[in-house]
Amino acid sequence: MSTLEIVDLHASVETDTGEQPILRGVDLTISQGQTHAVMGPNGSGKSTLAYVIAGHPKYQVTQGSITLDGADVLEMSVDERARAGLFLAMQYPVEIPGVSVSNFLRTSATAVRGEAPKLRLWLKEMKEAMAALSIDPSFAERSVNEGFSGGEKKRHEILQLELLKPKIAILDETDSGLDVDALRVVSEGVNRYRESGQTGTLLITHYTRILRYIHPDFVHVFVDGRIVESGGPELATTLEDEGYEKFIAAVRASVAS
Amino acid sequence: MSPVMAPASDHAPLVVSYDPEAFEVPTGREEEWRFTPLARLGGLHEHPQASAVPKVSVSSLDGVTVSDVPLTELQGDASAAPIDRISAIAWSGAESVTLVAIAPETTVDEPVEISIDTPAGVSFAQLRIEVGAFSHVSVAIRFTGEGVFAGGIQVHAADQSKATIATVVDQDASAVNVSRLHVRLGRDAVVKSSIITLGADLVRMNASVEYTAPGGDVELLGLFFADGGQHHEHRVFVDHSQPHGRSSVIYKGALEGEGTHTVWIGDVLVRADAIGIDTYEVNRNLVLSDGARADSVPNLELETGEVVGAGHASATGRFDDEQMFYLRARGIDEDLARVLVVRGFFADILGRTGIPGLADSVMRTIDARLGVTDLVADVLGVDDEVDS
Ligand SMILES: Nc1ncnc2c1ncn2[C@@H]1O[C@H](COP(=O)(O)OP(=O)(O)OP(=O)(O)O)[C@@H](O)[C@H]1O
Ligand SMILES: [Mg+2]
Repeated sequence: MSTLEIVDLHASVETDTGEQPILRGVDLTISQGQTHAVMGPNGSGKSTLAYVIAGHPKYQVTQGSITLDGADVLEMSVDERARAGLFLAMQYPVEIPGVSVSNFLRTSATAVRGEAPKLRLWLKEMKEAMAALSIDPSFAERSVNEGFSGGEKKRHEILQLELLKPKIAILDETDSGLDVDALRVVSEGVNRYRESGQTGTLLITHYTRILRYIHPDFVHVFVDGRIVESGGPELATTLEDEGYEKFIAAVRASVAS
Repeated sequence: MSPVMAPASDHAPLVVSYDPEAFEVPTGREEEWRFTPLARLGGLHEHPQASAVPKVSVSSLDGVTVSDVPLTELQGDASAAPIDRISAIAWSGAESVTLVAIAPETTVDEPVEISIDTPAGVSFAQLRIEVGAFSHVSVAIRFTGEGVFAGGIQVHAADQSKATIATVVDQDASAVNVSRLHVRLGRDAVVKSSIITLGADLVRMNASVEYTAPGGDVELLGLFFADGGQHHEHRVFVDHSQPHGRSSVIYKGALEGEGTHTVWIGDVLVRADAIGIDTYEVNRNLVLSDGARADSVPNLELETGEVVGAGHASATGRFDDEQMFYLRARGIDEDLARVLVVRGFFADILGRTGIPGLADSVMRTIDARLGVTDLVADVLGVDDEVDS
């Protein structure tokens, strides 16, 4: 069973005005088979947490550790992390002009699996995965994310999740920009993969809406660069009713004192 | 031979002549030479004697006649005359002109393959491709070898003909190539030219277009990949002197490495009589690393406002870290991710050359220069037939 362990993680970003700390001591352990929802207000550092786990060069880790089954993730390059079984579905997927979805998917599947999938099997696999997410087959020949609508980009991220079969999947606001139908299709994709039992899922979201489709085992409230409260699914209901105000106020009070 | 004065304009050459001495020896201060590192020209700009003979070979195909024509027979042609000292040296220093003629009303199914191998030393060659009226042909020209070379390629497309030309410079790292491609279009002729510059230490490639009748349509495509301190300079001059012509110029370059320099100068002149023309030129460059530099200067000179369209654009961008991150976050290692991005950048040019197999061989060369060899073929679907 795979486990991603984040201990006392601090990270900062270099800005024009100097180093700006964003993550301030994150502790979180995710095991295969579990789903953790991380919820927090805008700007609290949720995407930063996702990027730091994936190894984005923009952020420096100043303290703490991330391990995957005991292996030091922070020592790995971005692509090594992906090959080790980490996957990040991005909040803002990047456009890559001239690179077709089909070449991109086959190249990444080859990298992650360690060998090129046999062409005929691969085409079948890709076609089925696309159909399951209601992605039109013509997307295979389009440039990666170029001219995709917000919803199409998110579906394309989940398509990659299903094809790359990671041990730990981090979904950063996969629900944003989706209408109800698209949210259902995307959630079904995530649930299909979760049901395989192969993955631990970190679901980052601002709203509780997606939690009606993807049921978390644990809910964490993220404010000002760290987790300030953890609980079961009932915590999401509290957040839905009361918002983040209480938690933000508590953090302010503790900083002030 | 006395110099011929060309019609005055900001961008048309002021002097054209078959005689090198009609042109001053460049000092590097002239506008047209200021980007070129003269010291690396192997003396081409002075007046070197040929010390070697390039090996020019032309594949034999039905409907295509190949012959050697003395220089003197073609020297009366003022509008095809050399435009600078090196192009005049390349003319006068050549032994003869290799004439590749396609008879009128002929369709040549396979591409005519022309190879120009430049041995060590200084060598010159002249090539002329005459496409008869109503004929269709495609021609793939390939430069190889280690020499210092200057040459000229004339493409004369007669009325209603259609020619697809690709010129690939893939010489050795020590080589020099200063060449000029001149395209002349008859009424409603259609010419597509792709210039693909990969090899040699210094390349200076001129492409010029002349319309002799209304309705000519030219597409100039360019692709250059420069690294390891290479100098790749591409100059374009489209002279719209006739009504209802079309020109579309797209050059794309990728470059990396300390001291690597690419230059693109695109001049389009629309003369007063050239009403109803449509022209667009663009240069895009992708800088892959620090220390490499791209200069890009588009010029559009309009002497009439009665055009269908006239535009130009130029953009030089840096390699996008976010694209790299996205690809690497999907397990793709750094070298392969760069290959994907560069392939993507060149995809539109390579998809349009009209020469079968060219895109693949060019990309494999570039892949290898970016450090990727075996993996790509399989992953990128190149060898799919073999796989299934
Ligand atoms: N590259 C950067 N340069 C400067 N500031 C940054 C950078 N990246 C993040 N930040 C800042 O760090 C904080 C956290 O940003 P982050 O994107 O992680 O928040 P978030 O919780 O994902 O917000 P949202 O809900 O809007 O997606 C913000 O104040 C943001 O402005
Ligand atoms: Mg975010």
